[in-house]
Amino acid sequence: MNRRNTWKKAMGKYWQMYMLLIPVIVYYIVFKYVPMMGVQIAFKNFKFRSGIWGSDWVGLKHFERFFSSYSSLNIIWNTLYLGFMSLLFSFPIPIILALLVNEIHSPRLKKGLQTITYAPHFVSTIVVVGMLMAMCSPSTGIINKILIKLGLISEPLYLMASAKYFRPMYIISGIWKDGGWNAIIFISALSAISVEMYEAAEVDGANRWQQLIKITLPSIVPTIVIMLILEAGKVLSIGFEKVYAMQTDLNLTVSEVISTYTYKIGLEDLEYDYATAIGLFNSVVSLFLLLMVNSISKRVTETSLF
Amino acid sequence: MKLKTRGDRTYQVVINSLAVLIGLITLYPLIYTLSASLSQPIHILSGNVVLWPVEMTLNSYRRVFASADILNGYRNTIIYSFSGTLLNVILTIMAAYPLSLPDLKGKNFVTFLITFTMFFSGGMIPSFINVKNLGLMNSPLAIILPGAINATNMLLLRNYFINSVPGDLREAASIDGCSPFATMTQIILPLSKSILAVITLYYFVGHWNSYFEAMMYIRNKDLYPLQVLLRQILLLSQMGDMSEQMGVDDMNTMLIYASLKYAIIVVSAVPLLIIYPMVQRFFEKGIMMGSIKG
Repeated sequence: MNRRNTWKKAMGKYWQMYMLLIPVIVYYIVFKYVPMMGVQIAFKNFKFRSGIWGSDWVGLKHFERFFSSYSSLNIIWNTLYLGFMSLLFSFPIPIILALLVNEIHSPRLKKGLQTITYAPHFVSTIVVVGMLMAMCSPSTGIINKILIKLGLISEPLYLMASAKYFRPMYIISGIWKDGGWNAIIFISALSAISVEMYEAAEVDGANRWQQLIKITLPSIVPTIVIMLILEAGKVLSIGFEKVYAMQTDLNLTVSEVISTYTYKIGLEDLEYDYATAIGLFNSVVSLFLLLMVNSISKRVTETSLF
Repeated sequence: MKLKTRGDRTYQVVINSLAVLIGLITLYPLIYTLSASLSQPIHILSGNVVLWPVEMTLNSYRRVFASADILNGYRNTIIYSFSGTLLNVILTIMAAYPLSLPDLKGKNFVTFLITFTMFFSGGMIPSFINVKNLGLMNSPLAIILPGAINATNMLLLRNYFINSVPGDLREAASIDGCSPFATMTQIILPLSKSILAVITLYYFVGHWNSYFEAMMYIRNKDLYPLQVLLRQILLLSQMGDMSEQMGVDDMNTMLIYASLKYAIIVVSAVPLLIIYPMVQRFFEKGIMMGSIKG
């Protein structure tokens, strides 16, 4: 009775707010939770005519098929390796850049560097890959011309059309595109450190290096940890868009990752159920990774997402 | 802070030089792209274009703007980006404001409902089947509706409302007889212009640059956004390189593509590169206000 009364009161005061939330909830049900129910076809023999609920159960058939094929292991390895390497090389860059921005005194130089390093974030994935292909072309690309002129190589490198260079090109272009942008969160964390701390340290005779190690870095550790947790959760869910755009038949042995494979199995071969099983495996492992890193970090650094 | 010692000054010189160096490296691909788009194609192929345009010409741009497909794609992208962003921002406010009210019953459940989708989703194929079942295939709605709210942006806005809008303001408004909806539209939203600008930009950039949704859901060429066309042109130019490897040599096509690619890139990327510096001053503030746990 009491419970019903408080709801009545809340509805009376906030009925407009609940009206605002209704379309939001409908959106989440229709476009997020209904597809989530659709995940069940990973365990079914999906037929469009019978629909998601009407198709027959087949247990773990699709998962068994995925894990028993040799190419699947290669694809899982490609995904993990690319994700881990990206994390290893890309993660420190924004932090270093933020520290650099923080040390610049001239406001104009500071703002200029930020404006410039944010710019590539606004260039689309397609265009970044397009620029890569054009600039790295063995016959006409400027990169090969420069390397040859400098005498570093004698024959042009097939930077985009070979398995050897796929990962470095993926990671370097990723750093170019988002290294500056990802620094924002660290820059704002750095600007929150009080000036008094540095002044006190200076009075105590701490030099710049000591200030960096003793004040600056410890102050942004929570931000670093949170970002690391979020990134670790993404190691397996390597973005589809860029890998797919960079894929050629010549680099497929290293560039086929779970998301591109899911796309091909599902939308090119039209094996919806099998593709959903692969996708489900991917999201479950990603969620597991996120929770694992989160709980490790909770114990070690006392910082966590939840 | 004053620069006192010589050591301090040397330190600052090193820092500044590093900053300039990083700026130049970042800028180089953009400058090169612009220069190449303005040069005679033959100089791009021969490697004469290194930094500045060689033998300036606007031919590539004429070709780009003469292509009906590209103009049509451009128009589609503009339509999808503006209408999609409008829907995004309205729905995000509709979610974030109520969920920022401390005494709204049921808000924790709705917040959980939304946050959960950040960590687990149906995935590519179930979403595709869903769109198909809803009859949205080949409709621009398939590009706009599935991503109507981004949970991260919603939380950013909600946290901003919680952290930087004083609760007293709402109470005062309610005592003065302002309804919660009027309080939101007339008092709170005008105070939140900076974060709204940031979120609007995020959504707009997302729409402008996305190709995946259109590639999955749009079959009709007339409805293609710019990015899908760009992808096709890129694949074509990649064919150019491959046919050259195979010994096929069509110098004329190659010449045309060499600078055309760069001009198309410039045309597609310039709008965003002009817009974002206007909103830039809000980035850090907005992110800081929005990221404090609420």
